[in-house]
Amino acid sequence: MKKQEKKPVKELENFGKKLVVDIEKGRNPTIEFSLRSLSNVVFDEKSKTLGLGDKTQQRTFFNVGHAKKFLQTLEVAKVSKTLLDVGKHASLRDVFYMAKRTLPSSNINIVDDQSESDNAIEDLELITDCSREQLNINANKMGSVAGNVVIEDSGDSINWAKLGSGGWSIPSNVENIEFKSVKAKYVIYMEKQAVWERLHEDKFWEKQNCIIVTSQGQTTRGIRRLLQVLNDEHDLPIYVLADFDPWGFYIYSVLKFGSINLAHMSGTMTLQNAKFLGVTADDATNYDLKKHFIKFKDVDLTRLKQISGYDWFKKNKAWQRQFKMMKDFGAKLEIQALSSKGITFISEKYLPEKIRKGEFLD
Amino acid sequence: MADRQAEAEQKEMPIAYELAKRQKEISVAEFFTKNRHLLGFDNKRKALLMAVKEAVDNSLDACEEARVLPEVSVEIIEIGEFKYKVIVEDNGPGIVKKQIPNIFAKLLYGSKFHTLKQARGQQGIGISAAVLYAQLTTGRHAKITSRVSKKEPAHYYELGIDTQQNKPTIAKEETVEWAKEHGTRVEIDLEADYIKGSQSVDEYLKQTAVINPHVTIIYQPPKGEQVIFARGADTLPSQPQEIKPHPYGIELGMLIDKLRWTESRTLQSFLTSEFSRVGPGTAKEICQHAAVLPNTKPSEVSRDMAEKLIQGIQKTKIIAPPTDCLSPIGGELLQKGLRKEIKAEFYCSTSRPPAVYRGNPFVIEAGIAYGGEIPKEEKANILRFANRVPLLYQEGACAMTNSIMETNWKAYGMQQSGDSIPFGPVVIVVHMSSVWVPFTSESKEAIAHYAEIIKEIKLALQECGRQLGSYVRKKTRISQQIERANMFEKYIPEVAESLSVLSSEKKEKILQALQKMLVKPEIKKEIIEMEDADDKLYRMDFKKENEKAREEAG
Repeated sequence: MKKQEKKPVKELENFGKKLVVDIEKGRNPTIEFSLRSLSNVVFDEKSKTLGLGDKTQQRTFFNVGHAKKFLQTLEVAKVSKTLLDVGKHASLRDVFYMAKRTLPSSNINIVDDQSESDNAIEDLELITDCSREQLNINANKMGSVAGNVVIEDSGDSINWAKLGSGGWSIPSNVENIEFKSVKAKYVIYMEKQAVWERLHEDKFWEKQNCIIVTSQGQTTRGIRRLLQVLNDEHDLPIYVLADFDPWGFYIYSVLKFGSINLAHMSGTMTLQNAKFLGVTADDATNYDLKKHFIKFKDVDLTRLKQISGYDWFKKNKAWQRQFKMMKDFGAKLEIQALSSKGITFISEKYLPEKIRKGEFLD
Repeated sequence: MADRQAEAEQKEMPIAYELAKRQKEISVAEFFTKNRHLLGFDNKRKALLMAVKEAVDNSLDACEEARVLPEVSVEIIEIGEFKYKVIVEDNGPGIVKKQIPNIFAKLLYGSKFHTLKQARGQQGIGISAAVLYAQLTTGRHAKITSRVSKKEPAHYYELGIDTQQNKPTIAKEETVEWAKEHGTRVEIDLEADYIKGSQSVDEYLKQTAVINPHVTIIYQPPKGEQVIFARGADTLPSQPQEIKPHPYGIELGMLIDKLRWTESRTLQSFLTSEFSRVGPGTAKEICQHAAVLPNTKPSEVSRDMAEKLIQGIQKTKIIAPPTDCLSPIGGELLQKGLRKEIKAEFYCSTSRPPAVYRGNPFVIEAGIAYGGEIPKEEKANILRFANRVPLLYQEGACAMTNSIMETNWKAYGMQQSGDSIPFGPVVIVVHMSSVWVPFTSESKEAIAHYAEIIKEIKLALQECGRQLGSYVRKKTRISQQIERANMFEKYIPEVAESLSVLSSEKKEKILQALQKMLVKPEIKKEIIEMEDADDKLYRMDFKKENEKAREEAG
């Protein structure tokens, strides 16, 4: 067993032993851990990140309201322990299927929906103070990276500059990779895979001496960790390129300040130095993109209202200005709208110009 | 010339004179011969039911009037293809000799039509209509035996009806030996059909036993074994008092008739003596509102004045009619009736205070039987009764059915889609007692839709429904508690297994410790006696968390 796996195993054992002691003493077995709900999420003005407050929750077995969740928590703990014991990893989906079965002579399933096992895993992170990855549970791989970087992963040396059109696909657990050489001035993280492919084809990272990273949609934990390492340990600024819409803003918000759901992981997840490069409301005017506006739906407006009300955006005048302009437009814009100026417009003009002028939101 | 004209005039007499030769009085009996459906004899199956029903109704009315606990035997014998003999025998007061032919073989002859008092029969058509129908379909006479006391002999008659004159024809008349001290026996042969089901004689007698718990019925169907509906209560219903009509219910024609035949010499005394709840003061007030002098001679009241009088009555505040003319069965007895004939697990009943429609006092009672042997996945079984008589036909046209459909049974734990009859293991009983039950037709099968009546029915149903609802909820709660206890039994092995993997302790040891805990009182309390509110709260929490998770996932 590798050294780093000792802590999670120990934690899981302690967790189990404590409950066995409860049972032996005739006490209702009880798990206590930080309350993972909106009411216990606090925004720390100093560190500019979301974190969990002091409230805790109890989960007891002999309680009709708790029993099922208690069972689910123990089930995923068992799965994790088994994985650690044999040194294997499983995805969230795998864990769901490992837990999903019907109790004998009943119609009760331990889990009916993946959201239940996912939730139990997040609870387990809090209980054991170990990340999902440390518990040998991974999310699906969902991102690519390219740039002048050489790393070592599981004994293999990998050069991010020499991996063809697909780039290096980022694993969900990046804790064990080692950076051998990093030649770049900054990192651009983009929401859209298609935009990444455009920039990769244009060899943007080579011309501009940078690293380009993408995931599909919401940033996965592996990518967030990777970006954090590049930022913390290699001093590279991180720029975010997302659609001009509330959801694009939210991707930036999660990356920078942490998410409500993973408030307990904020310490290792947030990127306080991330900057929002575009697409901004000003881009729409400056680059004459208004004709590509997509009209707002009701949900867009609701989401925009929510985001503009977040503590960390409330006092930020630049952001409030963006929110107001978006609201006035009553419309959103996709990154790809830039392609209307020419297929290489984004890589040859838009991005270099914005980075040179330092046109970004903090 | 003049002669010829006179001759012509003589020849061309107005056609009306010719037609007049063919115009003559139609006897009631003749009318019903041609319109038998008006009395309920519209098909063979129903004919059998009607014959039994009319005879049994009469028997029960007679017994109660004589304060005898009724014991009625009903026998149906198949005597040929679609030919049946119906024999109904009671232990009632019997009928005096000279009245027997009129009661059984003269239509519209009876003691009840002219009185305002709760009774099963009203018009005096019933049993003689059955005799008439029997005569029409089999040509046989009705055979009646009746005895009024052990001091007198029993009289035996064979009777038919002269349909032209609506008069009895007596085929045979004699005194006979009879074991019974008093009572009446009716034997009728008629064209009929015996089919079981919801509109059968069997069902009618069973429902009669439900609504008359003081009655014993011994029933021998044409096929199968004898059925005995034994009485479940030894008290006779209170004897309803006869009342005068209440002014609010009077109609113009009836008022004019009454004015013509009264012996009163002034309008004021006419009003006080012919109507209930009218004293001299109220009578004066009515006259004042009608602008008619109180000392007008009733015989001199014109049609216009009578109309004004009706309007005067409507303008006058008159207290509700007395209710001692009613003999509701009472909540307790109604429940007894249900308990003895319907195997269920829960019973409830209610008896509303008297109310009034168009001057007629009435009482609505309702009862519910739930669960037990009542089919689960079927429409609720509705038992409708009017003055203790089951109503088997025209369910859809009845105010009782309508009121049931318009009641929200979902609130009481039943299934129901829109305004329809609820689904579930439930029997719903509605009973209306009144001096005058407003039927939609002469065959007395459906209650007319008076707003006052519907309101009372709904209130009664709601009272019962609430009791039903609290029972159903309690039952669900208990079954949930059992389910919960079972749930923990299923969870324990899983939890023991997980904990064993985590802690490296023996699974068996953890399992046994957990199972021991399950029976501890404080743990039992924790898992079983959870309030519904907690449950709801938990589900809401869970829902919220799921929503949040989805939101976070983008």
